[in-house]
Amino acid sequence: MIGLPFIYTVAGAVFAAWAVLTVADRAQPRRLASAAFWALLALSFLAGDRLGDIGNGVLVLALVAIGGFGLVGRANPATTSADDRIASAARRGNRLLLPALIVPLVALLGTLAAPRLGFIDPKQVTLVCLVAGVLLAVAVTSLWLRPPLLAPLQEGRRLVSQIGWAIILPQLLASLGAVFAQAGVGQIVGSVTGGLIPDGARFIAVLVFTLGMAGFTMVMGNAFAAFPVMMAAVGLPVLVQGYGGNPAIIAAVGMLAGFCGTLLTPMAANYNIVPAALLELDDRNGVIKAQVATALPLLAFNTLMIWGWAF
Amino acid sequence: MLWPLLGIAVLMAGFALRLNPLPVIIGAALASGIGAGLQPLAVIAALGKAFNANRYVSVPWIILPVIGLLERAGLRERAAALVVGMAAATTGRLLLVYLALRQLTAALGLTTIAGQAQTVRPLLAPMAEAAAERQHPDLNEADRQRIRAMAAATDNIGMFFGEDIFLAVASILLIKGFLESQGIIIAPLALSVWAIPTAIAAFLIHGARLLRFNPRRPR
Repeated sequence: MIGLPFIYTVAGAVFAAWAVLTVADRAQPRRLASAAFWALLALSFLAGDRLGDIGNGVLVLALVAIGGFGLVGRANPATTSADDRIASAARRGNRLLLPALIVPLVALLGTLAAPRLGFIDPKQVTLVCLVAGVLLAVAVTSLWLRPPLLAPLQEGRRLVSQIGWAIILPQLLASLGAVFAQAGVGQIVGSVTGGLIPDGARFIAVLVFTLGMAGFTMVMGNAFAAFPVMMAAVGLPVLVQGYGGNPAIIAAVGMLAGFCGTLLTPMAANYNIVPAALLELDDRNGVIKAQVATALPLLAFNTLMIWGWAF
Repeated sequence: MLWPLLGIAVLMAGFALRLNPLPVIIGAALASGIGAGLQPLAVIAALGKAFNANRYVSVPWIILPVIGLLERAGLRERAAALVVGMAAATTGRLLLVYLALRQLTAALGLTTIAGQAQTVRPLLAPMAEAAAERQHPDLNEADRQRIRAMAAATDNIGMFFGEDIFLAVASILLIKGFLESQGIIIAPLALSVWAIPTAIAAFLIHGARLLRFNPRRPR
């Protein structure tokens, strides 16, 4: 059965290779600290299950120390020049776009075929297909373009070092969510929000629900964490049971109100902060700023939709 | 008691002061955990346990070698050249077409065929910049960054407000599971149809913004 162990081994090997190439790169700024960052990630992927909770906690603290103090430097391995790239693009034409389709194509076919194949862990089909697609795409592209042997790893290292410390942000935020849950943050936020609603004001109740979904999503970075809290605090007891609203509309549109919050928060690092690094924006919040004028009217729409259709 | 909310205050203060988020997150975890009566070491252990359990979140990074390899061979240049040949392709129209495709494919469950690393950086952003450059040859770096940010935003909005129309997406299953645990039985289809009006509204609102988007800010 191909599942998480296979996925984590491949990912760990890639991070380990980045660590080794970073140590070997004489031109790498903050060479040893940067290499240690990638090596710790490799250790986490390859041996995380054997480190114990405290061991993993110390590993997290070490990653945060290196990343938080700006010690992950940008790599600039040898690559093709701008002129080379323009010439190669002109010579190869639109065929260059084809290898970019391998990963999504494998994901699509794999998702369709996996139930029949039987040797892929059904819970991990998406990630297994991603890993398989990446391996296939690297193999095909290397055979076609004949780049230097280490080019895939070196080019990957250039991109990953551009993202730098932000690479662990999504995983760390997910971990913070787990600590918040253990500390009971959700129940407290739910009971505080529930107390804000005056009796007999249906529109205010809907507004507290949608704003609560968006606001708590902004805090948690994830609408999935906010949904059970707001549904249990306001959605079910007040809107469904109190005012007799349609639970399907309230729940489905409430989740979408949460998605509006996702567009507005640096806590949703995968969508908002990492792309800013990937696209070399000076303003870390540049993507969020581009989303505000869509997210707010849409949040208003969702609020009106529950108010107008759910009752 | 409200002490566990201390972590939220730490997070907000950290973001407001524009500190590096990594230490802020550790501070927030400690504040909430200690506020809830946990020992500091127990908080670190909980954080480590969750970090290990959430490793799958970081797996998609392994796509970077593929993107880098193709960029090395001129993928971004090719994507830009493609747009230069299309007279009708303005930045706004280009992003509008992408928005429609992203929403439709996400609604069919195909959320992973595009994304910030897979499509926005190597394809969409260079195309949007090339289209803008053809209309406005005097673009400056700030304009280019605004265009790239809008490309990233368009990908997010297209995916978020398309995926919930698909029955088997995680959020629909989460809603169904939560309601079931409260004794309310609802078929996934009854939930996902209610994502359609918001999907249309998202297309109209963001689409209108894209068509009015001026790649070159007046100077």
